[in-house]
This record gives sequence, structure tokens and C-alpha cells, in this order.
Amino acid sequence: MNIILAIILGLLFGFVLQKSGAANPQRIIDMLRLKDFHLMKAIAVGIGTSSFSLFILLAINVIDVAHIGVKASYVGVIIGGAILGLGWAISGFCPGTGVVAVGTGRKDAMFFIVGGLLGAFIYTLLYGSLKTTFLFDSLGGKATLAATGSSKYIALLPSAPAFVIAGGIAISFIIIAWKLPNSQSNQV
Amino acid sequence: MKNFIYQRQWGWLASGITLGLAFLLAVAFVKPVGVSTQFVILDGIVWDIFSDDVTIESSTSKTGYSSTNAYLNKGGGKYAKNIANPLNYSFIFVLAMVAGGFVGSKLQSDKVEKNEIYFIPKIWEKRFGSSLNKRYLATFLGGILVLFGARLAGGCTSGHMMSGIMQTSLSGYLFALGAFATAVPVAIMMYNKEE
Repeated sequence: MNIILAIILGLLFGFVLQKSGAANPQRIIDMLRLKDFHLMKAIAVGIGTSSFSLFILLAINVIDVAHIGVKASYVGVIIGGAILGLGWAISGFCPGTGVVAVGTGRKDAMFFIVGGLLGAFIYTLLYGSLKTTFLFDSLGGKATLAATGSSKYIALLPSAPAFVIAGGIAISFIIIAWKLPNSQSNQV
Repeated sequence: MKNFIYQRQWGWLASGITLGLAFLLAVAFVKPVGVSTQFVILDGIVWDIFSDDVTIESSTSKTGYSSTNAYLNKGGGKYAKNIANPLNYSFIFVLAMVAGGFVGSKLQSDKVEKNEIYFIPKIWEKRFGSSLNKRYLATFLGGILVLFGARLAGGCTSGHMMSGIMQTSLSGYLFALGAFATAVPVAIMMYNKEE
């Protein structure tokens, strides 16, 4: 059952990433150099709508809270993000969009994936000596702004109903998406 | 509907809503979307062929597997377990993404000719010329940085930025801060000079 779900959900995600233009490195680079906000608008709407729906569905018990997975906050999240950002700007791919771009037949994405496998392998070998360094100093652990209802995660704003906080954030994201300038060209 | 499926690219609103739906359905049925871990799993699957102690069946570990590598042994050997059993949800999900990209580009009404220049983004060509090797070298090096960074951060754009911020995770915001803090200035320095 899980494997069938993996195929359906993976196909859907890959298809949507391709259709949104996220698997096109030109689109990514144009977003990062602040020339074309198409993807930024799409990402903001995607986060806003999914977040609002998630917290509503959690509140009415349609989504099982055991399905959510909050990652820990530590120094390496910011530094790792910054290292990823460098490669993201240089190549125009991130892991997910690189994988999808291979499916669309992009040869440059295949080189990205081979590089990615090497980068992940280097990390796998280095982890043993990195894990005791400042990189893993905690910056708040597995924390969320809105209360998820799971005791595994720390809620930073526990006093207000979760869907009000998540809803407020979601609306902010949607307003940002709406206010960002429209794309100059639809076809890149 | 038919036109929608065959379009070369959706507008931002349709893109955003469908992206949001894909992330929501994943967490509703199974768990949040994540991609970068599977690079480690594929590395491990290959490594496992050449070495005996990459995955070890172990009755004392939480998952039933352990590894002599500290990273693969993390979290009770959960990576070692997935390496030993590649037919698991997360790995198949990422393979299906490749198929999703393939279907998307095949169902495109206006075909793009995949000649050599197709693999070089226009802005790259303007700035660095039409050498394919140069572009391939850049995506290879970019790939090393992206996956090393993603593993250090514990997730990538999908897992931290999209799934994370969807759940209002603090880590999602920290990751986005780090990623955009380097990606935007570097992209501007690299690509905006010609204008």
C-alpha cells in the first residue's frame, strides 16, 4: 500500500514541479537574481494554502497528527542552508527539482545528480567527526510556531488556537504572493 | 482540463495551488515530502555492494539494522534499514518524481527541441558562453554543494522550506534564511552583470 502511495504521490509531485517551471534552472536563477517572481509567487501560495489546510484538517482530526514530521533547529540548519544556497545559485537546481529535471531529459541535471551523490557521500563520511562540533548546537529543537497537538514538538505560540496562527501566516504568504510583481514572460 | 494538462507551464496561481495540494496530500496520507535523504540512501545502496559493514542486521538496534558508518547508524540505524530495503516509501517516492517529470514534459503540446543549447539556461549562456562542459562542470559542483548543505541542514527546499514552513516549523524559517542569504547575492553577482 505504501509503495502504491509512493508512486502516486511522487508522480504527482514530480508532475507539478515540472509544470510549475521549478525544474527549469532558468526559472530558479531568475527568481534568485530577483528578475522573475513567478516561482516565488507559486512557492508562497503553495505554502500558504497547504499550511492553512493542514492546520484545519489537524483540528478536525482528518489528518492524523502522527503524520507530521518537524525537523530540529540547530546551527547546521542555517549553515547547511547557506552552503545549499551557493550551489542552488550556481546550478539552478535543488535536490527535488534536479531529480524532476532528469525526468524531463535535461543532461545538465544528470551532472547535478552525480555531484549531489558525491556531496551526500562526503557528508556521510564526515558526519562522525562533525557531530560533536558547534554545528549541532541546538537553536530550539523540534519547534513550531503553531501548536501541532503532538507532544513530540515544542509550540512557540501555544496560547492561541493553532489554525489562527497558521491561518495568519498563510494569509501573509498569500498576500506576499499576490503583491510580488508578475512575471514578464510566461515562457522561458 | 485537457488544455491544463498539456500546457507547457502553468501560471503562478495554478502552480502554487497544485504544489500546495501535493505537499498536503503527502502529509495527509503518509508523511511530509523530503528528497535529499534519498541521495544518501542511493549512495548507501551502491556502497553496500562493495562493503560488508555498511548495513548490518542487528537485534540490539531500534530498526533491526546498524552500520559502522556513524551517519547511516544514526537514529537507531534508520538509514541503514532503508539501504538494506530500497523498496521503501521514501526511496520509491523520489524515483516516481523522475517519472512525474518525464510524463509532464511528454504531455506538453509545444515540444521543445532538446538540442545541445537546451541544456544551458539562456542567462548562463549570456554570461558564460555556450560551452556544454562548462555548464556540466558547474551543475556537478553545484550538486556537491547543494547535497552537502542539505544533509548538514537535515533537509532541502522540499523538506525544510516547503514542508517545514507548511507545519510552521522554526527550522524551515532558519533554513530559508540561510539558503536565500547566499543564493540571492551569489545569483546577482554571477548573472546580473551583463545587463
